[in-house]
Amino acid sequence: MEKLFQKISFSSATLVFIILLGIFITLFNTALPAINEFGLHFIVNPAWNKEVPITTPQAKSVKKVSDDSEVVNPDDYSDDDGMIMQDEDDTPTKTIYGGLVPLVGTILSTLIALLFAMPIAMGIAIFLAEIAPKNISSFVGGAIELLAAIPSIIFGMWGLYYFAPIVANLFGGFQVSLLTAGLVLGVMILPFMAAITRDSMNTTPDILKESAYALGATKFEVIKDVIFPYSKVGIIGSIILSLGRALGETMAVAFLIGSVFELPHKITDPTISIPVALANNFGEASGLGMSSLFYLALILFVMSFAVISFAKFFFLRKAN
Amino acid sequence: MKRLLINKIVLALSTISAIIGLSFLAWILITLFIKGLSSFHFSLFVTDLINNGLRNLIIGQFILAGFASIIGIPLGMIAGIYIREYGRGRYANLIRNLSDIMMSAPSIVIGAFVYAIIVVPTGHTSGFAGSIALAIMMIPIVISTTDSMLSLVPKELREAGIALGASKYRVILDIVIKAAKVGIMTGILLAFARIVGETAPLLFTSQTSNYFSLDMTHAFPSLSVSIYDLASDVQTSSRDLAWAASFILTAMVLIINLTGKFITRNKK
Repeated sequence: MEKLFQKISFSSATLVFIILLGIFITLFNTALPAINEFGLHFIVNPAWNKEVPITTPQAKSVKKVSDDSEVVNPDDYSDDDGMIMQDEDDTPTKTIYGGLVPLVGTILSTLIALLFAMPIAMGIAIFLAEIAPKNISSFVGGAIELLAAIPSIIFGMWGLYYFAPIVANLFGGFQVSLLTAGLVLGVMILPFMAAITRDSMNTTPDILKESAYALGATKFEVIKDVIFPYSKVGIIGSIILSLGRALGETMAVAFLIGSVFELPHKITDPTISIPVALANNFGEASGLGMSSLFYLALILFVMSFAVISFAKFFFLRKAN
Repeated sequence: MKRLLINKIVLALSTISAIIGLSFLAWILITLFIKGLSSFHFSLFVTDLINNGLRNLIIGQFILAGFASIIGIPLGMIAGIYIREYGRGRYANLIRNLSDIMMSAPSIVIGAFVYAIIVVPTGHTSGFAGSIALAIMMIPIVISTTDSMLSLVPKELREAGIALGASKYRVILDIVIKAAKVGIMTGILLAFARIVGETAPLLFTSQTSNYFSLDMTHAFPSLSVSIYDLASDVQTSSRDLAWAASFILTAMVLIINLTGKFITRNKK
C-alpha cells in the first residue's frame, strides 16, 4: 500500500509536467503547417486572411451567421441554401496569415493596463500595509480581493456598456479601442498586483521601520527609504506576474478591443489581441487559418511561460 | 515643513487609490445589481434558454465545474501531498514551480489545447472536453493550496504518528490531512469559485446549448459562454437576459468565494 500510494502521488505530481509539456507539443504540432508555411516571418506580417471574413459557419449562433452571409454575399448565385459560403469566385488566391497585429495588440493593451494599474496598486498596497488601521485594512483588503473574484466576462460587459462610453467621451475615438481594453484590463489586474505588493511590503521587519521612525522619519520617508528598498524585489516580481496574467486575459478584452485585424495608429483605435483572435476566430477557421491560430496560441503560451518563470526565478524566489 | 507636506500628499494619494479600487468594485456590483434585477425573474430558473430562461445554463455550468472538480481535486490533492510529504529536493521543487506557472497559463490556450486533443479527434464539442479544460485550470490551484496547508501542520504530529508505528501514507491520510482539512477545503472552495465563472476555456470545448442536457458527450449548456453570445447580440431582450445571467453568475461566484473566506476567518 505504502509503495502504491507513493507511486500514485508521484504520478499525479508528474502529471503537471506532462500537461505542460503536452500543451507545448500539441500547440506546436497543430501549428506546424503554419510554422512551415510562414516561418518566423509570421511575427512581423500584419496581414490576416483579408479576403475571407466568413468561411464555414460552425460555432457562432446559426441565425446570426445566416443573417450575415446574406449581407456579405448578396450577389452570390451559386449558394442558395446559405449553408456553405466560399468567397472563391475570383482567381484562386493564396491566403496569407500574419501575427503582427494581435501580437502588437496584446503587448500594447498589457502595457496600458500596467501603466494604469501600477500607481493605483502601489497606493492601495501602501494604504493596506502602512496607513489603515488593522480592521479597516482587512475590510478594504477583502473587498479588493472580491474584485479579483468577479468573473472576467462581467468585466467585459460592464466595461463595454458603462466604462467605455465614459473613456470615449474623455479621450475621443471609439468605444471599443486599445485604450478601453487596456484600462479595463488594468482594473482586472489591480487587485492581484495590490495583494502581492502588500504581501511583500509586509515582509519588512518592524524593527527596521521602527528604527527609521525613531530617527524622526515621516511615514513617506519610511516607505520610500526603508520599505521599498527592502521589498523592491518582491514588488517588481508582482508587477511582472501581473503582466503575465494580463497577457492571457481573454473575455474582458474580447468585449472591448474591437476585434479588427488592423494595426492601431492611435491609442483610441480598435485592434485585436492574441486571446481575442483565438476566441473569435476558432469556430470559423479551418486548415491553414486554424493552424495559424494555434501558432498564435503557441506564441502566447511561450510568452506567458517566459514572463511568469522570469518573475518566479529572479524576483519571487521563496525559500520553501 | 516640506517633508511633512510631502508626507501628507503621499498618504492622501494612497488613500485615494484605495478609494478608487473600492469604487470600481462598487460600480461593477451596483451595475450588476440594477441591470440584473431589472430583468430578473424567478421564471428564469424554471425555463431553458430556448424559452428565454436560464435553467439549463445554470445547471450545465455547475455540472461542468462539478465534473472538473471530480477530476481536478483528487489529482491536485495527491500531487500536493507528493510535493510536501514525499518529494524531496529538486524534483518536488520543479513540480511546484511548474504548477505555479500552469496556474497563470492563459485560460484560452488551455481551451485550444483541449480542443486539439479532444474536440478534433472526437469531431465535436462535448461537456467532457469543457470539464477537462476546467480541471486543467483547477489542478494547479488545488496543488498550491494543499502544499501550503500541509506545510502548516506541525512536524510533531507526523512524528507522533510514526512513533505509533503507522506507515507513512497512513500518517498522511489519517493525521496530516485531518489536521489541514479546513484549510484544504477552503482552498478547494475558492478554486471551485474560480473555475465556475470561467468562459475562455469553455468557448470551443463545451460551447453552449439552448436546450436542457445532461449528455456530456455533446455540446453542453454553459452559463458563461451563453452570456458572451447574448451580450454581443443585437437584440435588447438578449442583452437584458445576459445581464440577468451575469447577475446570477456573479452572485454564485461571490457567495462561494465569501463562504470559503468566512470558514477561514472563523477558524482563526
